[in-house]
Amino acid sequence: MFNLEYWIAGVMLISLIVYMLTGGADFGGGIWDLFATGRRAKDQREIITHALAPIWEANHVWLIVIVVLLFVAFPVAFATIGTALHIPLTLMLFGIVLRGTAFVFRTYDDQSETTHLRWSRLFAIASIITPIMLGVTLGAVASGTIHANVETGIVETDFISSWFALFPFAIGVFTLTLCALLAAVYLTLETDNPELQEDFRLRALITAICVGIMAGVSFLLSAEGAPSIRKGLGNSIWSMPFHLLTGAVAIWAIWAIWKRHYPLARVLVPIQVTLIIFGWGFAQFPYIVTPNLTFSNTAVSNSVLRPVLIIVVIGAVIVVPAFWYLYAVFKGRDDRDSDTTG
Amino acid sequence: MENLLAARAQMAMSLAFHIIFASIGIAMPLLMVIAEGLWLKTKDETYLTLAKRWSKGTAIMFAVGAVSGTVLSFELGLLWPTFMAYAGPIIGMPFSLEGLAFFIEAIFLGIYLYGWNRVPKTVHWFAGMMVLLGGMLSGIFVVTANAWMNTPTGFQIEAGKAINIDPVAAMLNPSSFSQALHMTIAAFLAVGFAVAGIHAYFLRRDPHNAFHRKAFAIALSVGGFFAILQPISGDISAKRLAKHQPVKLAAMEAQWETERGAPIRIGGIPDEDNEVTRYAIEIPKALSFLTHFDINAEIKGLKEFPPEDRPPVAIVHYAFQIMVGCGFVMIIAGIIGGWLTWRRKGLPINSWYLRFITFCTPLGFIAIEAGWTVTEVGRQPWVIYNIMRTADAVTPMPHLIVPFIGFTVLYIFLSIIVVILLRRQIFIYE
Repeated sequence: MFNLEYWIAGVMLISLIVYMLTGGADFGGGIWDLFATGRRAKDQREIITHALAPIWEANHVWLIVIVVLLFVAFPVAFATIGTALHIPLTLMLFGIVLRGTAFVFRTYDDQSETTHLRWSRLFAIASIITPIMLGVTLGAVASGTIHANVETGIVETDFISSWFALFPFAIGVFTLTLCALLAAVYLTLETDNPELQEDFRLRALITAICVGIMAGVSFLLSAEGAPSIRKGLGNSIWSMPFHLLTGAVAIWAIWAIWKRHYPLARVLVPIQVTLIIFGWGFAQFPYIVTPNLTFSNTAVSNSVLRPVLIIVVIGAVIVVPAFWYLYAVFKGRDDRDSDTTG
Repeated sequence: MENLLAARAQMAMSLAFHIIFASIGIAMPLLMVIAEGLWLKTKDETYLTLAKRWSKGTAIMFAVGAVSGTVLSFELGLLWPTFMAYAGPIIGMPFSLEGLAFFIEAIFLGIYLYGWNRVPKTVHWFAGMMVLLGGMLSGIFVVTANAWMNTPTGFQIEAGKAINIDPVAAMLNPSSFSQALHMTIAAFLAVGFAVAGIHAYFLRRDPHNAFHRKAFAIALSVGGFFAILQPISGDISAKRLAKHQPVKLAAMEAQWETERGAPIRIGGIPDEDNEVTRYAIEIPKALSFLTHFDINAEIKGLKEFPPEDRPPVAIVHYAFQIMVGCGFVMIIAGIIGGWLTWRRKGLPINSWYLRFITFCTPLGFIAIEAGWTVTEVGRQPWVIYNIMRTADAVTPMPHLIVPFIGFTVLYIFLSIIVVILLRRQIFIYE
């Protein structure tokens, strides 16, 4: 039987994956809003808006779940991250606030071209900043430069050097490309117009290649930037087969996009992203903040973890079907073009 | 600006901003499900139009509430890491439950706002009920965590660390019930009056407008009902304070001396240097009676506590006066409304009464801000009452003035836009 803290860690990893697959794609939608080009730019933006509107707030809650579990179960790690990574997290919060509000304001402000475009720009830029800063944060946590004392909770930091470095920013850009890829692939299925599908197909192909490049760059940089992760990624028994599997799925996904098998691509790309996050999670395990804080040495007592896990289980029973229903209502096959605002 | 002050200012500003949108997110769904329910029952399309119009304004507020709430959950760690390292696990239970409730709220909100033509009518109404339930529970759980900071229970301290944590006991601390009740009622009350005020404004110009009449009736009923309930919860809060946080009660009443038969003070200027309160109208023995059911009960004064353990008296006292004052006006508005309805056997749309209700539009929110000031500033200098000082909880991060200014500018910008957009939503159809 696992220790309880590992179950919580598992729930956090799954929540992060779901957040990337749903909320991450919403940020990707913002990216494609910025790069909406050509005759069909307006139509592209409309599809993105239509796809995001009913679900982005629910998708966003997965991030809250991760934060809450972090501070409830691993409070010292939360305090450490909040202290050492104050700046990228604050920038991320700015992104979260501006993304959400600009998106809603655009819908309810006057619909003149200039106003609409101004909100679109803000929405798009915020959609780019947020995943980069999320990635920077995760990269910094993995980099092994945040030295915290488990006993005292005191973290030695200059507040900058652990995140303002090549490796964390590589992870930031990597995260951004994953968001863009997910969004482009999902968007091919948000329209019946073949021309628009082609637009998003092209975007998906380009970003799929960018994902591959950024995966390689991150891996190379990890030798210097995150040595313990590199060890986990490079030397474990499971690492080689795992990388091969991830790579195979990635290539299969590109093939599916190329061949216009969009429903298949919509399954494969999320699997690819899931495998990437799993790979990182297992490489970093058992550290929550490398190199000093592990899940075990920062976990609180079982008297706290047990009720939290019970709430998680009850929550899953309620939330998973409801979340599923939300997607069934808005992402089902036949109501693609019906009126949504009433 | 010193770092601690900047951190406190940023937290205060973030909460002051969020509490408005959170309250609207809690209470608007009630108005919407009432309107939609009446449509389902009477088939009168005006109610459907009403529910849809309200839901559009609410969509804007929800988004701002969701993202500003996210900011707060991070700010706990960004500004108060020491507090969170200590308290995170103890108040983890209400926060975990809040996460669950927020999930329910956000999921069903998507269905409610965008699913008018996609789900069956009754399912849509049910989605509205779930938004209401999720929002209410979210608020209750967050307030519960705040209540623990006022009356921390459910753990023991050994060598500066919390041990033997009992999350359930922490959640059910002595302040949870009274604070959650007071805040939840306040949200319905404030939103009820704000919405009634807006529709009253239009009714004065067009008293026969069916749309505004129905809207006014629903909103005023909700606001008036909760206005009349609120003094009961206020009374529960006062009794709890007298027992568990006497120094906060003393600051609220600007009571310096420990006294039997203490009065209630209306107005007055607390002089913190000379430790007296001047020019207050005193209602003799009222405070003793209200807190203990005994006109001669002893009330602890501020002098009972060392100066370094007292909150800023003037701020707490003035904020409390403002809250009670606003509440009082709305109670009167509620009672008059009920009486007029009974007299006229119909909607109370006398011109002077509509003007009065229009005047009441912002009062509930002013009361919420003031009441929140009372409870937060009244807890100072502690972040965890009698256990951890706010000064000891702050992050070592330097230059906190920068994020404070950043978030302030951001929130001022958002406030301006929200006002402009709401004006558009309200006036676009007129």
